[in-house]
Amino acid sequence: MKTIKMINISRRNAIALMLGTAGYIMSSGIAFAGKEQVLKRIDEITKGKGTKELDIFLDLPEIAENGNQVKVNFEIESEMTKENYIKNVYILADGNPAPDVAKFSFTPDMGMCSATTRIRLSKTQNVVLVAENNKNEYFMTKSKVKVTIGGCGG
Amino acid sequence: MSKVKPRGKVPKKATIDEVIEIKTLIRHPMHSGRMKDKDGKNIPRQIINSFKVDFEGKEIFKMKLEPSISTNPYIAFPYKAKKTGTFNFEWKDDSGNTYTMKRKMTVS
Repeated sequence: MKTIKMINISRRNAIALMLGTAGYIMSSGIAFAGKEQVLKRIDEITKGKGTKELDIFLDLPEIAENGNQVKVNFEIESEMTKENYIKNVYILADGNPAPDVAKFSFTPDMGMCSATTRIRLSKTQNVVLVAENNKNEYFMTKSKVKVTIGGCGG
Repeated sequence: MSKVKPRGKVPKKATIDEVIEIKTLIRHPMHSGRMKDKDGKNIPRQIINSFKVDFEGKEIFKMKLEPSISTNPYIAFPYKAKKTGTFNFEWKDDSGNTYTMKRKMTVS
């Protein structure tokens, strides 16, 4: 049988130990993108112009049991003619290690602006969609997803 | 690494001005560079980073993929059928491999 050594820990030592452990966890944990970084990224995409209102349908589950495979579907109302069409759509997430998720580039040949894919979400977070049309106007919408088991690994 | 295999579903027949849906899937591990293997070593990043679709040599749809895209990337998008032709799908991954697929569509 193994003998278990008891270590006497004073209250002061215990507090120091706790703080040290917390600090270690925080420094070794994965750095998440966070809201500021997503806002910064939106600013970069829109070149500081800000976003306008538009009918954007962003379909995400309210609760995602598995963060490894979260289905994203969006549909944006647009004529999709050479004069007026949605050029780019960016998907961003504020709780993943990196804010960028995907960038879609559309052409008027497609007839409508919609797409579906599957993404990873590491924790409960907001998924942001930024759309850009050919007149360099920007539109934004977001949706919150509750994640039970996170993806991304780590 | 398991074999990378692209798959796609395009309607064989369509009528003029019909908006069809094209579905694609490629079998790929999409290692984000954050996962660890059994021995606790980091698996280096290896993802599909771009996807492109041409119709009769004209680019119709493009997508940039980041590590936040799931394993076996699934992408679906619409297309307005105008004429008979061939779709050319192209995926590229981090190590420079290109995977292609062709699909024909008849428009009446």
